[in-house]
Amino acid sequence: MSAGERADTLPSTAPHRPRWVETLVLLARSPMAVASGLVLTAVVAAALLAGRISPHDPVEPSVDDRLQAPSGEHWFGTDELGRDVFSRVLAGAEVSLRVGAVAVGISLAAGVLIGLLAGYYRRWVDDVLMRVMDVVFAFPALLMAIAVLAILGRGSTNAMIAIGIVYTPIFARITRASVLSVREEVYVRAARSAGAGDVRIVARHVLPNVTAPIIVQTSVSLAFAILSEAALSFVGLGTQPPDPSWGRMLSEGRGFLEQAWWMAVFPGAAIFLTVLAFNVLGDVLRDVLDPRQRAAMKGTAKGSGG
Amino acid sequence: MTGYVLRRLLQSAAVLLGVSVLVFAIMQLVPGDPVRAALGTRATPETYAALRERSGLDDPVLVQYLDWITSALRGDLGVSFRSGETVSSLIVERLPATLSLAVGAIVVALLIAVPLGTLSALRPRSPVDWFSTLTSQAGLSIPDFWMGIMFILIFAGTLGWFPSAGYTPLLEDPVGWAHHLVLPAITAGVSSGSILTRFVRSSVLEAMGQDHVRTARAKGMRARDVLRWHILRNALVPFVTVGGVQLAYLLSGVVIVEFVFAWPGLGQLAFQAVLDRDYPVLQGAVLLFALVFLVVNLVVDLLYARLDPRISYGSGR
Repeated sequence: MSAGERADTLPSTAPHRPRWVETLVLLARSPMAVASGLVLTAVVAAALLAGRISPHDPVEPSVDDRLQAPSGEHWFGTDELGRDVFSRVLAGAEVSLRVGAVAVGISLAAGVLIGLLAGYYRRWVDDVLMRVMDVVFAFPALLMAIAVLAILGRGSTNAMIAIGIVYTPIFARITRASVLSVREEVYVRAARSAGAGDVRIVARHVLPNVTAPIIVQTSVSLAFAILSEAALSFVGLGTQPPDPSWGRMLSEGRGFLEQAWWMAVFPGAAIFLTVLAFNVLGDVLRDVLDPRQRAAMKGTAKGSGG
Repeated sequence: MTGYVLRRLLQSAAVLLGVSVLVFAIMQLVPGDPVRAALGTRATPETYAALRERSGLDDPVLVQYLDWITSALRGDLGVSFRSGETVSSLIVERLPATLSLAVGAIVVALLIAVPLGTLSALRPRSPVDWFSTLTSQAGLSIPDFWMGIMFILIFAGTLGWFPSAGYTPLLEDPVGWAHHLVLPAITAGVSSGSILTRFVRSSVLEAMGQDHVRTARAKGMRARDVLRWHILRNALVPFVTVGGVQLAYLLSGVVIVEFVFAWPGLGQLAFQAVLDRDYPVLQGAVLLFALVFLVVNLVVDLLYARLDPRISYGSGR
């Protein structure tokens, strides 16, 4: 903050705030980013605190309370076993976020590594790795995940691996494209002629310059990973009962559409809101991290903010 | 141009070969005995051995793969472990349902994307633009299975306008066909439509900023004609690429939407084949999906050159 104030006294020079602080400030100025930030905070809070704040036990059946409509006691109603849908939606947040985060972690690590190798070493390394990625990419995504689950067996752990594999090629492609564009830059060539090794060049000069598109892709991939987990659980291959997962709850609710609409409506709305928040955040990040857009945003902010 | 086409064909063939190896490997890795699964527990050891023998499952893996791929090249994709029908006949049987759904969905997607994307590009940063951005974000984020269920709840259940599931062949009963198609097509089309909306918007915006558009305006051409002859025509080029990818995606059987609406398409066929460990059916279906994906991509790239005379494929990738 103090750096920003000092810079204000020198109107002609740009403030020397660290880049990430500036990014946060730009994000905070976007209503869309703030709204999705709030939604995501709520989801994360639900995931972390579900055990403590949920009004009822999400797993224990209670036969007397079967299929009750939403009320003051059960905000989202109860399911066919008398379990509180609201408590289950809260608990489902944990499953969704965990599967999403681990799956994207897998695709991020594998994809970035593959993309770096392919983009940096070119030639046959590039050809082999990227053709393999093409093959995975040519496979319909959900079917690929289903096939991986058929090999590994059902369950949320395997769902993470399956989703992680499916979204690896996109990270590899994005990283490779960015690496190709920076590897011929003057500063990279300078570092190389100064005798820096490959690892050092990649870590110090290449990686920092490819982070922006990767961050954007991470946010968007979290959205798709959560959607995929829900879809896999929906068809019965992901999270297994009695663990509450949004997709699973939705498929259970599908059997009771006529008697209990709330069983299908609320878990689906939870998926929708969470995925929407990640997508919107990714979109705003894309603008904020794009140097040209960034300059424009800073310009308008100066004009209006003073 | 010919060189480019040849190179692309070779590349596509290589990827297709890779897909065939991958799908074959996946099936080898799936635990469990497919023949046992197909016959159930009551089969005699003789029937069991006969089916294993007939399916070539006792041969070395490499021999199995070569057998399969050479027959596949001749159009023979083998016989389903489950039903005993040929895989090609199963695929042909399911093709009309998948084609109907894909065409229906792409029509829905275009009906959403073209007007919404064009309007928001013509008025950037207006309420229309804002609405379009939000709609496309929402369309991209809404789980298709949830949307399908909500449609069933509202339009099939409460309002009773459309059937909640099933498929009627077009030639048997065109009205019933359309009637059954509406809800699944909208469900499958919304996400493609949302992706396309953003591309229509950005390509129209880009086309609008070009010199010839300014010239056309300056010489007094009517706004409607400028839009039609100069903007939309040029915006078509990048749009075709994304549209093609979406079509390929829809043709590869929209597994979840077919599942929700009990739609007897290729997605359901492949999904059931995974659950049943019906190797030949899954291999055939996935090979077909990959083929469709690659052919559509190739056609799109070539179309690109036709639509935009500046692009030539004489050199480079």
